Amino acid sequence: MQIGYFTERPYRWVPEDEVLKNQAFFGVSNRFFDPQKGSEDYNYYLDEACYAEQLGFDAVALNEHHGTPFCMGSVMNVEAAILARITSKVRIVLVGNPLPVIKHPLRMAEELAEIDLISRGRLVAGWVRGAGSEQFFNNANPAYNREYFNEAHDFIIQAWTRPGPWRYEGKHFRYRHVNPWALPLQKPYPPMWIPGVLSLETVKWCAEHRYPYIGLGTALGPTCDLWDYYADEAAKLGYQAGPENFGYLVPTFLAETEEKAQEIGKGFAFGGGQAAFSRPEHTLPPGYNSRDATRRLARQPGGSWLGVSADKLRQGSAERKDATDYDEVRKKLVGSYQKAQKAYQIVVGTPKTVLPKIKTLMEVLRPGIFVVFSVQGPVSNEDRMTSMRLFGQEVMPALRDYAKEIGLRDPIERKPGSVALNSGISRIPVVERGPLAPLGLT
Amino acid sequence: MLVTTPTEETLRTGGIELSIVKGGSGKPLLMLHDELGYPGWMTWNERLAEQRTLLIPLQPGFGKTPRLDWISNYRDLAGFYSRMLREQRLDPVDVIAFSAGGFVAAEMIAADPRIFRRMVLVAPMGLKPESGEILDFLALTMRSHLRATVADPVNTPEFAKIYGGEMTPAQFEAFEDARTETARLGWDPYMYNPSLPHLLEGLNVPTLLVRGTRDGVVPRGCIDAYQNVLKEAQVAAIEGAGHRSEIENAPEFVRVVKNFLRD
Repeated sequence: MQIGYFTERPYRWVPEDEVLKNQAFFGVSNRFFDPQKGSEDYNYYLDEACYAEQLGFDAVALNEHHGTPFCMGSVMNVEAAILARITSKVRIVLVGNPLPVIKHPLRMAEELAEIDLISRGRLVAGWVRGAGSEQFFNNANPAYNREYFNEAHDFIIQAWTRPGPWRYEGKHFRYRHVNPWALPLQKPYPPMWIPGVLSLETVKWCAEHRYPYIGLGTALGPTCDLWDYYADEAAKLGYQAGPENFGYLVPTFLAETEEKAQEIGKGFAFGGGQAAFSRPEHTLPPGYNSRDATRRLARQPGGSWLGVSADKLRQGSAERKDATDYDEVRKKLVGSYQKAQKAYQIVVGTPKTVLPKIKTLMEVLRPGIFVVFSVQGPVSNEDRMTSMRLFGQEVMPALRDYAKEIGLRDPIERKPGSVALNSGISRIPVVERGPLAPLGLT
Repeated sequence: MLVTTPTEETLRTGGIELSIVKGGSGKPLLMLHDELGYPGWMTWNERLAEQRTLLIPLQPGFGKTPRLDWISNYRDLAGFYSRMLREQRLDPVDVIAFSAGGFVAAEMIAADPRIFRRMVLVAPMGLKPESGEILDFLALTMRSHLRATVADPVNTPEFAKIYGGEMTPAQFEAFEDARTETARLGWDPYMYNPSLPHLLEGLNVPTLLVRGTRDGVVPRGCIDAYQNVLKEAQVAAIEGAGHRSEIENAPEFVRVVKNFLRD
């Protein structure tokens, strides 16, 4: 099993009331950005990645978001390039580069090749469509999001594998002279892991490309459904999906005492947490979802996608019931934080209480990649590092043993899609739903 | 009271079956609907249909007419409609066009100054406003977008026909289809074409620009931009109306339009 460390690299100094007033992180004015604090944070987060390597994590994962204090990684490849040089063992996993909003796949191919070369072959490339808000920030047409994504991905593979120079005339991208001099060290190109929040289309695409799909803290029942869907698609393509095809990232925070862990863990709900990443009108711009996905959303009013439901989309933009009582809002957020813990979507506690919970996650989802997502909110460097140390020293070794015991092979050990499934043979299960019923999580 | 029963039929053009709504009698009047789609037959349609046959093509990609992959901007869409008029031998024709439909009509006349006899452009997009900004309705939920189109939703009875407050899944999907196609065509530059004023300049097609004085979607600056290049254009300001003056003050709207289209 590959065990990774991930943080959104939150800007920890934004007043929470500003986020609550804005009803989201995206859109909070950058007049609340203090360059001095930002400078310290960027350096600290790089140090934190080095500490993860020191603790024995297999990977450090980076992501990219734009225009938000939720995540300071606005140009993730810059951080990846630095880590390529200042670390020596960990895989540098990008979850992922938002191809449709960067809109320059040739440049992307060059940047990633450099990172792979400088890291001496430790890059794991990953791709995302970019959050809805990113389409606005980067003025990327959301109606072409999926087309940009597919074309950019296919182009990058070509740029890395087809000797140049050649000319490219695509639908959305055109290049006169494709001949990137620096090519990745890993052959034919770096592995690719694809993160997501349960888009059927993305899961199908992953199955077709035999890429591991990493669920980003998604609810367990629907995650099982989707991994079954991946495995069914894989079976149609003639292979048996296994742990090497799946990853799971979960918010995790540890402290020396349960009380302290619970108190600091509330940072996951800071400002509204993940559900307040952006307001509905920014989360799902027109055309960002496929027509089928829009239909599914329209017909399931209660169903939600990153905190967005058809009901919310039917509401006005930035409508609010109470614009001033933030303490009341905060109380509700604490309630949602506790609910998320019961649903195993946030894991908080001491090594003793955290370990069995993560074991349950591993038993149910059987991922070959497991990524710890460190706490959000204004948490001190010391507390963040204590959490990492407790996980690294007191949880990780037992998890590795458990993964071995239940056969969780990772995508480095076994190439995803390499286990053939002969026609007429039923695929074997990829998830174990048994533990969900007693937890009320089916 | 509405007595006309418009019909919907399809005609083959540009490789697809184009859905088109027809109603009324008399000489044809092409209607190009706005960025949210054909909202249904309203009082103003009924009044104009007493003397004219309204032809209302339903924009490709808006749910009824299939989307055409090669249409990626409003100039492409204008070319498609021009081809339809040519193939149907309808040109030259009078046109009444709303909002983004006005953008399409402007692109059509810029490419072929003989295609329209007269143009009524109601709160048209298509030109970069001289001042102000076109509302970024793609950054609003559809409900907020809809509400922004009228100045006083409560006192605009026909607004309830478009959006009565509740939204069925079918309506939700139809609006999403329309907004998606609008994003596809008009995202960048946002709902205007920088080259369009240079191609419109000096054309002398009789033009009526209709604007609501409380339009929250298309600013006065767009009307000014049209007037700068179409010097002979008349402007009808409908006091107190928003972006949908045709339903917010139908009697006044019909009066100015009928007056302009009078033979």
